[in-house]
Amino acid sequence: MMRIEQIRNLFPALSRKVYGKDLVYLDNAATSQRVCSVLDMWNTVSSESNANIHRAVHRLADEATQAYEQARDAVRDFLNAGSREEIIFTSGTTASINLVAFCFGEAFVKEGDEVVVTEAEHHSNIVPWQMMCMRKGAVLRVLPVDDSGHLMVEKLDEILNERTRILAVTHISNVLGLVNPVKEIVAKCHSKGVPVLVDGAQGAVHCGVDVQDLDCDFYAFSGHKLYAATGTGVLYGKRKWLDAMPPYMGGGEMVGTVRFDHTTYAPLPMKYEAGTQNFASTATLKPALEFIKSLNDRELIDYSDKVRDYVLDSLMKDERIRLFGVPRGTNQEKIPLFSFVVNGVHHEDLALILDKMGVAVRSGQMCAEPLMDRMGVTGMLRASFAPYNTMEEAEYFIKCLDRAIEMLA
Amino acid sequence: MTLQEAENAIVEEFSMYEEWLDKYEYLIELGKSLTDYPEGSKTDDKLIKGCQSRVWLDYKMEDGRIVFNADSDAIITKGIISLLIGLYSGRTPKEILSSDFSVVEKIGLKENLSPTRANGLVSMIAKIREIAVKYETEGTF
Repeated sequence: MMRIEQIRNLFPALSRKVYGKDLVYLDNAATSQRVCSVLDMWNTVSSESNANIHRAVHRLADEATQAYEQARDAVRDFLNAGSREEIIFTSGTTASINLVAFCFGEAFVKEGDEVVVTEAEHHSNIVPWQMMCMRKGAVLRVLPVDDSGHLMVEKLDEILNERTRILAVTHISNVLGLVNPVKEIVAKCHSKGVPVLVDGAQGAVHCGVDVQDLDCDFYAFSGHKLYAATGTGVLYGKRKWLDAMPPYMGGGEMVGTVRFDHTTYAPLPMKYEAGTQNFASTATLKPALEFIKSLNDRELIDYSDKVRDYVLDSLMKDERIRLFGVPRGTNQEKIPLFSFVVNGVHHEDLALILDKMGVAVRSGQMCAEPLMDRMGVTGMLRASFAPYNTMEEAEYFIKCLDRAIEMLA
Repeated sequence: MTLQEAENAIVEEFSMYEEWLDKYEYLIELGKSLTDYPEGSKTDDKLIKGCQSRVWLDYKMEDGRIVFNADSDAIITKGIISLLIGLYSGRTPKEILSSDFSVVEKIGLKENLSPTRANGLVSMIAKIREIAVKYETEGTF
């Protein structure tokens, strides 16, 4: 059996049909399907080891706590973080960024200070910073992208100044699919004393992330985009920041001692994990990350590259289509994520028709309205591939797209 | 034809299409035939904004009946709009309010009405109803 078939067999959802047709799932950048080992882990913890973590001394509580904390070790290993205390569990990338925007803002941002985001950000990496700026009287500044969607890194020198407190940038835009030069951005920011948060919602899925090599101050990602259960997320933060920032939410288990006149907080990581955690889902990060590790296989990587190159080539040579995020150098700077518009045809119509052909794609603003405005469109169509998508699916997608355009033109 | 009869006729017409794509072909044709909405009326006050398609809805009163006109930048949504206008435009507020507005669901286009922030169509139906209620209770818009 081919490796790709073995991989597909691990995903129950991939064998289902929609409207009587084989499902071709190309909305992986929004949510990927779940691998069997993730479903098994969730089931086991929920059915056998369901007890509140970190609190009780009984057997079930111990098993649940183990499953949760083993996920932390797996994440530390996955990101090559310096210590497990630097790994905070959240409900997702959005929650991770909100945590930093709030707590960092409380500790370090004052009136007249500046916060930098980029034009290619998801709303989740814009709005929390905007809210913080409003609370603190700070100014939000924007690093632009060029017409092709590449970050204009050379403009950083103009934007960073002595009032800049933090910069937030996406590792890979959920619209453009281009791998940003995050290491270079971090180095430049650090040379001016500015810490950097990296939105890794897409990056963690597609790049081998090494937070010590990137030297970023914060890295955020979600479980549901990398085959784990939904409602799970990670915030990596350098210990010096996590120690210096105040807690986000107060509540159970984030405390040292509680008195009515004074409360002390728990050490990392629990300082940032108030209340009962989503432990059964968070435990699934371990099998999900093990699955990702298993994808590091020459045959699979070559296959995925071929699928990406085929789709990229097909979309680029079609004169009816305007593709965004076209790589400037080699195709390796692009993940298999393709956002485009079709001349004279609305993205919603295309998505509705493709759906009826069994092809699931995303349409709309993709939670990146400023980037849509920059590109001069009201929305786009996006097909995002995972390593379990086959060449046959890619070919079927291109064929269906052509047919849908013909119907609508 | 009463509003209920007109609604039933549309439901019956759609039941003939077994294939999804045939249903869409029909809506696309309907959408293309809806050409009465003036470009100049595509103003922000008439815009029902969504993440996906945009819908513009305009209306006026004529002899106690509400006349609707609408447009969309997406053709399938426009086809559904064309159906809705055919049903509700030129009827009295009382007639409009006698409808349970389930016709879109009944012709199998329920996912076009999913409660996402995407959907201008959901807001359009709500707006038609709101306009009728306002006129019925206050005698003016």
